[in-house]
Amino acid sequence: MKLPRILLGCVAALLFSKAVLAQQPVKIGIGIAQTGTLGGGGKAALLALEMWVEDVNAKGGLLKRKVELISYDDQSNPATTPGIYSKLLDVDKVDLLIAPYGTVPTAPILPLVKERGLLLMGNFSFQVNAKVKHDMWFNNSPWNDASSWSDGFIKAGQKHGAKTLAILAADQEFAQNLANGARELAKKAGLKIVYEQNYPPATVDFSSMIRAIRAAKPDMVFVMSYPNDSVAIVRAVNEIGVGSSVKLFGGGMVGLQFTPNMVSLGSLLNGIVNYNSYVPGLNFPGIDDFLKRYSAKATAAKVDPLGFYLPPFNYAIGQMLEQAITATKSLDHKVLADYLRKNEMKTIVGPIRFGPDGEWANARVVQAQFRGIVDKDMEQFRMPGKQVVLFPDRYKTGDLVVPFEKARK
Amino acid sequence: MIFSFDLLLEAVLFGVLLGCFYAAVSMGLSVSFGLLDVPHVAHPALMVLASYCTFLLNRMGLDPIVAGVLLMPPFFLLGMAVYRFYYETFEKRGAETGVRGIAFFFGVALIIEVGLILGFGVDQRLVEAAYIGQSMPVGEMRIPYRMLVAFGLAVLLMVALTLYLSRTFTGRAIKAVAQDEPALRLMGADPVRIKQWAFGIATAAAALAGAMLIIVGPVEPSLDRVYIGRTFSVVVLAGLGSMTGTVAAGLVLGISESIVLMHFGASWAPAVAFGLLLLVLAVRPQGLFGR
Repeated sequence: MKLPRILLGCVAALLFSKAVLAQQPVKIGIGIAQTGTLGGGGKAALLALEMWVEDVNAKGGLLKRKVELISYDDQSNPATTPGIYSKLLDVDKVDLLIAPYGTVPTAPILPLVKERGLLLMGNFSFQVNAKVKHDMWFNNSPWNDASSWSDGFIKAGQKHGAKTLAILAADQEFAQNLANGARELAKKAGLKIVYEQNYPPATVDFSSMIRAIRAAKPDMVFVMSYPNDSVAIVRAVNEIGVGSSVKLFGGGMVGLQFTPNMVSLGSLLNGIVNYNSYVPGLNFPGIDDFLKRYSAKATAAKVDPLGFYLPPFNYAIGQMLEQAITATKSLDHKVLADYLRKNEMKTIVGPIRFGPDGEWANARVVQAQFRGIVDKDMEQFRMPGKQVVLFPDRYKTGDLVVPFEKARK
Repeated sequence: MIFSFDLLLEAVLFGVLLGCFYAAVSMGLSVSFGLLDVPHVAHPALMVLASYCTFLLNRMGLDPIVAGVLLMPPFFLLGMAVYRFYYETFEKRGAETGVRGIAFFFGVALIIEVGLILGFGVDQRLVEAAYIGQSMPVGEMRIPYRMLVAFGLAVLLMVALTLYLSRTFTGRAIKAVAQDEPALRLMGADPVRIKQWAFGIATAAAALAGAMLIIVGPVEPSLDRVYIGRTFSVVVLAGLGSMTGTVAAGLVLGISESIVLMHFGASWAPAVAFGLLLLVLAVRPQGLFGR
């Protein structure tokens, strides 16, 4: 008589534990900048991730469990991220991890994640896994190797007879990686580098560097800068001028994708050719609806109201996790990584297929030229044609206007 | 490396403009730290707060310089209130005032930074004025008007503070409290009130410096961290409490940064500037103009 009772008890306990587990949310952890130099982008990115959580929960969650996003502010400071991710794993017991926004805050956590054999969804970092070579890393950003960023910029210049290049880069890992890519491409293309300058993060005024660039008379100026510096550089260019020799100016300036900076700089942006992840005119299923909903929420939350640069790609992280978990019916990191590696992901930023290094198999860094921008008008940036796509060719929406001084008018 | 005498001349000229800007943002600290011995690490944070106030007034149509001048009286009162609080909670209790004072002012800086983030978000803020974004052609050179404005304001601030500290009774009392507080007390003056007044002046100077800060470039809440090292270096290099020395020290840092930046590489600029600080302190520990 005892055996059936014991069996019954075991079954009841099993059912109870399953029921309890089903009620527990799927926890996803992220440390993301809400303050500091990357805070502007980080806030917008987090809002997009929260939108995905809302959407997926409205559909019933993942594996019939609600999804919960646990986030901490990394203050744009790489020193904080190992502690944050240890807390997410050991205290909050999250099921899945998303990397911080940006290269520098991500770099310190990759060894930890690799050591523990965890899946990590990258968040707009650049070449951060090149040396660590973690095989469960999948980056949402539309670039892969160092040259994918500068490729379009240099090709656009070469089409207009550019033979010399100036490089201005922040003395930080991300910018230095980009600079290396630009140098390699320039060497392959037979371009002469006539000016090269790394500047420290706390640089107050860029007038001296712009004057030195003007004196070097380059055909192209490839700039790799962080948001604060980008705004100061654009203003210095307007005041000092880079000279009539320059055909292209820009390339890798972070911050010129963010609405407050675009609105503040207004017509000073005209002529600059810069990288982007998305600009109006690129059509992918679902992105228009996302941007419409995002814009309403962003205005209320006082974050980047246009949200072209980071938010769609953060929403895409959620979509990729959703697709992988739904298809595999698992939260096992190895199973999910295997799925992400082998399958095409369908997202609002277009289909994504990953290469062996966890970066996009086919890079899609947009190089676009600002045109016809007027001052104090945010709505103009929603219109196609204000950022004319020059590269990649399959998304091209117009031709480059040269020289830079002419394009600025 | 690109070298020409034209570029060198430009580097020196821009160094002078940048140096005067550094001097202007350090002037208030020269009073609070240089003369009063208050470890005022929140000075740059107060400047950034003034920058945001300038931003708000500019949106209402006021010129940033006028906004800076209008902000001086409320910041003067704010400075007096902050010093009174600091005095009652730290300085009055004597021992370990320095260390606790640093912690207190770091706290003030943090509260200002977090307050700005909550109020304005983390995005950069800029102001608009006819002299921002334009430059004056001088031969082949083009000098940004915003740097000329900062230069002019720095000179005015230096002249005003030097005259005030040397020609007025209260100014001389501020200098006296820095030199011999007990003697001043014996003369019948209240050192605490004098210090409170001086701290108010330092904070009013920070208000004008904040307006200059947002004229020269965009600001964001954590910008104060960039200026803590620079402002303290200028004040120490100058010789604590010397206004003329503050300008001279600002010029030394500005010109050396500008020349190194243009001819040897931007990454070397801070190293050379702070190397100079160490060199001067090794030869003259009291600073360039210290007694």
